[in-house]
Amino acid sequence: MATFSFELVSPERLVFSGQVTEVIVPGTEGEFGVTAGHAPFISTLSAGILTVKGDGADKRLFVRGGFAEANPAGLTVLAEQATPVETFDRAALQQLIKDAQEDVADARSDESRQKAERNLADLQQVAAILDLGAAPAAH
Amino acid sequence: MASLKDLRNRIASVKATQKITKAMQMVAAAKLRRAQLAAEAARPYAERMESVLGNIASGMTLSSDTPLLLSGTGKDEKHMLLVCTSERGLCGAFNTSIVRFARERANLLIGQGKDVKFFCVGRKGYDQLRRLYPGQIVELVDLRSVRTLGFVNAREIAEKIIDRFNKGEFDVCTLFYAHYKSVISQIPTAQQLIPATFPEKAEGVAAAVYDYEPEESEILADLLPRNVAVQVFRALLENQASFYGSQMSAMDNATRNAGDMIKKQTLIYNRTRQAQITKELIEIISGAEAL
Repeated sequence: MATFSFELVSPERLVFSGQVTEVIVPGTEGEFGVTAGHAPFISTLSAGILTVKGDGADKRLFVRGGFAEANPAGLTVLAEQATPVETFDRAALQQLIKDAQEDVADARSDESRQKAERNLADLQQVAAILDLGAAPAAH
Repeated sequence: MASLKDLRNRIASVKATQKITKAMQMVAAAKLRRAQLAAEAARPYAERMESVLGNIASGMTLSSDTPLLLSGTGKDEKHMLLVCTSERGLCGAFNTSIVRFARERANLLIGQGKDVKFFCVGRKGYDQLRRLYPGQIVELVDLRSVRTLGFVNAREIAEKIIDRFNKGEFDVCTLFYAHYKSVISQIPTAQQLIPATFPEKAEGVAAAVYDYEPEESEILADLLPRNVAVQVFRALLENQASFYGSQMSAMDNATRNAGDMIKKQTLIYNRTRQAQITKELIEIISGAEAL
């Protein structure tokens, strides 16, 4: 399968850089997969799990806030936070969910409430996915 | 004339100071390396952000629903100067040069009849500006308790700035920090944060036509506040590297000065000691001759 170059960058450092075959990105308007030769495309990110498929096992990372840019040279994802699922702290996620719930409660305008609710739903989905992912590993 | 004991004490005290400055220099050197690495690691993010935003912004025509962070309020009356300095001293002219640069800009603006306010990050700059512009400092962000600078710190500052902007407290925001060039050279730099500015795109590089999801304007609304945070983060990291660079060379100077002083004092000490011996010898000899 054709590979393309993929970079995952957080403000603090370059998290991932290399050749991959497919990346699944949680976009604001739904998840999308990127393979080699994707059309030039920019999308913002929602909180969710980003999956990198390349040699060996798939890598899964929790990403939050930022955007993805696909161009002929490859795919670049700029995320405010990018943590591998394996090292991701459940307590941190719980904290994020709690913050999101407070945001929903504090939201003054309809627009900001909608945004906050979306964010909360995304985070809860991540929590659900992670718990499902953890269950088979337990036994 | 100081006694021999006084001289000895003085030399000992300078030696102790020299040890401290030497240690501080080495600590600053170690931290400088880390700060440089952090600044380098943060570079790709800021660059990508800039290029994407520049791409979108250059393709957009300014209209009434353009986000204010990009187009500005259309006025140029109230200025906010975001001055980033350090929390600690003993770093040569680092803080002073940033403050002086900000002050020159402020005086220029005040001379033009504009309204100037300050937003300080770092205690040292605040202390200096407070004397010059009492009542014009709207906020101080203290990063003293922060061990390693994270993006979170920058985002908090950016949120405060954007909040004030949305309340209409200012029209233009300029960021002041020291750009790290080398250990001996840190350049005070001003950068306009709001309205956002982007470097002109290089000629001949054809921008790809992108599909946007969601709409361009929504992406802009999401990215512009982030961009403020990224710029602040970059400034903070640059500042940190500059601070350690400045501290390192200041402490290097101090160590050398202390060495010079020890040499000088030791010379005086030895001279005084010999003069005393000579004096005692003369006394003994003239006493013996008198017999």
